[in-house]
Formats: sequence, structure tokens, C-alpha cells
Amino acid sequence: MKIIACIKQVPDSEAKVKAEGGQVSWGDAPLVINPFDEYAVEGALQQKEANNGTVIALCIGPESAKEALKHALAMGADEAILVSDPALNNLDTAGAAKVLAAAIKKVGDADMVIFGRQTLDNGAGLTPAQTARVLGLPMLGLAGSIKVEGGAVTVERVLEEGRQIMKANLPAVLSVVQSIGEPRYPSFMGIRKASKATIPVWSLSDLGVSAPAAVVTRSELMTPPSDERAIEMITGESPAEIAEKLADKIIAEKVL
Amino acid sequence: MKTFVYIDHFKGEVQPASWEALGLAKTFGTAVALVFGAGVDEVAKAAVEYGADEVLVADDASLTDYRAETYASTLSALASSQSPDLILFPTTARTRELAAMSAIDLNTGVLTDLTDLEANGDSFAATRPIYEGKLTEKTVCSGKPVMATIRGRAFPKPNREEGKSGTITKVVAAGTALSTVEGYSASESAVNLGDAGIIVSGGRGVSNNPSLTPPAGMDEKQAEVWRAQQGFALVTELAQLLGGAVGASRAAVDGGYITYAHQVGQTGKVVAPDLYIACGISGAIQHLVGMRNAKVIVAINKDADAPIFKQARYGVVGDLFAIVPALTQTLKKKLGK
Repeated sequence: MKIIACIKQVPDSEAKVKAEGGQVSWGDAPLVINPFDEYAVEGALQQKEANNGTVIALCIGPESAKEALKHALAMGADEAILVSDPALNNLDTAGAAKVLAAAIKKVGDADMVIFGRQTLDNGAGLTPAQTARVLGLPMLGLAGSIKVEGGAVTVERVLEEGRQIMKANLPAVLSVVQSIGEPRYPSFMGIRKASKATIPVWSLSDLGVSAPAAVVTRSELMTPPSDERAIEMITGESPAEIAEKLADKIIAEKVL
Repeated sequence: MKTFVYIDHFKGEVQPASWEALGLAKTFGTAVALVFGAGVDEVAKAAVEYGADEVLVADDASLTDYRAETYASTLSALASSQSPDLILFPTTARTRELAAMSAIDLNTGVLTDLTDLEANGDSFAATRPIYEGKLTEKTVCSGKPVMATIRGRAFPKPNREEGKSGTITKVVAAGTALSTVEGYSASESAVNLGDAGIIVSGGRGVSNNPSLTPPAGMDEKQAEVWRAQQGFALVTELAQLLGGAVGASRAAVDGGYITYAHQVGQTGKVVAPDLYIACGISGAIQHLVGMRNAKVIVAINKDADAPIFKQARYGVVGDLFAIVPALTQTLKKKLGK
């Protein structure tokens, strides 16, 4: 069973991200594997173990994105592929889906393609379903658990209305949420293996596609105004006294 | 200007932000509501009552359960034949998929989770938070139609005119589903944070009650989760009294205290209730981004330096295990419940 985990490299969540001259700047904060994609790699590794499979981590990005792929390798992925091309600097989600679909086809014979639910940077969460649409494969989104049996995959989707059980024939595209399980830490052996790995780089001409033109573009970038508010601290001699004062304040706000 | 508004519903239960989308569409011109499903006459009628100029209904057995492929194909076919300028959706798990796929069919783009949308002639500029809310961007879509999902409670809800009559037109379903819905897990009930008027949330602090003794035989992690569940019981009691929903921080969800469906934050659900009571939540940036648009925020936390206090209207530095039940009791009395 061949499983492809699609990942992206993003600025660390702790980074002080700012708007500078219309561009996003994160200073010297490190770039890391998108935290939600660690769950994708974890989900892929769980399926590899359950079904005697192999995991290939796939990423679009600059040369430096190899570090994110090395993280996936260190976690236990068998192979990693970077799609990198100067023409890919201005991708929207549909463009990313088209390029990923071409790379997934070039890898060939994938049974499952697994994404994280969204990225920390753009955060639109559109790419998994768009990749499924381009490939004409079933989309099982927001999976909290995955089970493969007899050429089909059943997932529990975590939705607003509760958990929905959905089934599709393989191959299929999935996105996973945190319920899949905590991403494993890279092992010492895994880190050694990853540091020695050669990661192939595919260009657009390797994939046989041209750069998709972005339909969605940014026209303005802003740092939101700081919205620290004047707080009123409620104090008292006892929890009952505090509760009394706080209850009156809440009732006076007319929000109940 | 013609706008399609996709009315998102689950078994006939409409996501209220669908009506907010309908209200927004009316400010641009003609609003055509789209209702997909099986046996959805009531939803179509409600769309008329909320002000749709026309309702297109695809009522078909193949649309009984939402499946992205059939819903997207049905939408794409309608958009191709009627050429709307704009298609609006409420932001939900379903619409992110549906809009994503249909945008591929129509060779256009999706602007997601908008807090504002301006029309400039026949183009649109959308405002949306990115990088976990650390930045805001304006985006434009050069494709036609422009597709956009709006954030719940970011736009006003139009008034409902009961009994209003209007044009309801039947349209056909399209596409083939590639998956089957096998059922729903009974273990978890619905959590609808997106349109809750009141949310009471718990964080890591809910597990921090040393006076509780867990049942014998639990290891450290089990005892922590058990403690947290006792804490969440207090949070839930207050939420129920106020007719609100129970939320949680990412730390509480990652700790296994409560399910992911309750998570508030940029990586969970972004909410904007009238009242948000944060219990034992320190206020990591990704959580603050998810709730700072609440009208009134109350923070209860042991640590006076917790960042949550920078966002709150009212703050209590204290033990949530004492304050929360006392608040529940007091409000019960004052509200005569």
C-alpha cells in the first residue's frame, strides 16, 4: 500500500509575523513543517504499519523546504519528494492542487493521499478537496480515524454535528484532524537516516505541466490593530462575593 | 449583480450564517438562494422568508446525504448555466469542500472565512485573517464567478418575514458520489459553536484541582483526564444554565480532556458570541484569535499575568473550581431559573 503525505513548510507558530512593505515577514524565526501536516504524516505512518505500506512525503516549496521533508523522514516516512520551481512562487490553492495532482500521478499507484486539515499561513483549507477534484478521487475530509479494509477506506469525520462515518473505495484523498493521534517524535535513528537522505527535486518540466496562473491574489496586507481592552478586575472576600459582583456585571451587559 | 447564496444545512437544520450570507448578497443586488438535499421544502421556504429573490432547489435522492462530489457538480452546473457574479457560502466543513471543488470545475477561486467583502464595480475585495490571525489580508479573485465563504456572525442577519411567498424553482442534481455515508457515531452530540450566542470554555486549568482524588488504579495521565472531566462538568453546568455551548482551548483538546469539536481558536472554530467565559484558559495567540470578537469576554484564571486578561472585559484572578460553581448558583438565582 502506497501512501502519500502532502506537507508544507510554514513559519513556526511562535514566530512574530508582521506585515513589512506589503510582504509577510517572520524575522529570523525558524520555518517548520506545518503542525497540521505532522498529523497527516502520523496518520500515514499508522496506515503504513497497519497495512504493510510505504509512506512518501510530498512538498511544494523552495530548496529550504527540504527541512520539512526531513522531519517527515525522521518521523518514519520512507521517501520524500520536493517539487520546486521558480515559476511556483505565486500559487493559489487551486494551482497548488494542480501541481500536487501532477506530482501524485508521477509517483504513481498511490492508494491514499493524506493532508493536514489546513496550513498555519494561508489557512484556507481548500487544497485537499481541490486535489481530490483534479484527480477525480473521493474526498474524505477532517478524518479523526482511518481504517482500511478490502480495498476501501472508512473514516470518522469530525464535523460540527458530530462524528460522521464515511466510506470510499481506494484510491482516495483524505485530510486529518488532531483526533488521529499525537504526531510521533522523530527517533534518533530516524534523524540520522533523514540527515543522510537524498531528496529528489522535481521541476514543473519533470511533471510535464506549466505553472498555473493564480486566480486568487493578495491586494493588501495589514497588521491588525492591537485590541487590548480596558479590563475590570472583579475582586472580593469569597467566591460567593466575587460571583455576586460578576453576575451583576454580566446581567448589566444585556448579553444573557 | 446576481449572487448565488448556498444555504448550508444538516438534515434540514440550517447553519445560521447562511442567512447572514443571504443578507450580504441582497446588499449587492439580486440574491438567489440554492438549497440542495432531499425533502428540503422547509429550507426553501425559509430562504424566501429571509429575503431570497428566488430559490433554486435541487431535491433529489442522490443528494440525501451531503457528499462533496454531487453537491459540487450540481453547483457547478447551475453556475455554468446561470452565470452569477458571486457565490456566497457560510464557512463550514461542508462548504470549504464544496466551494473548493466547484472552483476547480469553474476555473475560479475561493476567498475563505471572510470578515468583510466590498464590491468595487464587478470585482470584490475580501478581508480575511491569515497566519493564525496575526495578519489580515485583502484578497481579490480574477475568476468568474467569485466564490466566497463568510465567517459566522461577521455580517448582520436579515429579518425573517414569516409566511412570505416567493419563487421556488426546481433544478436537477448532477454528478456521481464517490463515497457513502455509513452513519453517525452516537458517542458525541452536536457542538455548534459557530452560531452560539454564549460560550463557556475550559482550558488546561480545568484539570488543575488538587483537592479531587481520582478513583484508584488510574495512572498519572488517566488521573489528569479524570480531573479535567470533573472541571468540564462545572463549565458545562454554567453553559447549560445560560443556554450556551461548551468550548475548549487547544491545550484542553490536545490533553484529551474533551473532543476536538469543542476547540475554539484559529485551528478550531472561530467564534463571535455575545458572551464568552474563559475558565482556566491562559490565552495563547491562536485561541485569542478565535474568540476575541466576542462582545463581552469574562476570564477566570489563577495566573494574574495570563494573556487572556488583555482581551477580557471582566477578569477574576482565582480558582475556577470555586468561582465557576458560585457563579452558576448566583446566576441561577438572579435569573430565576
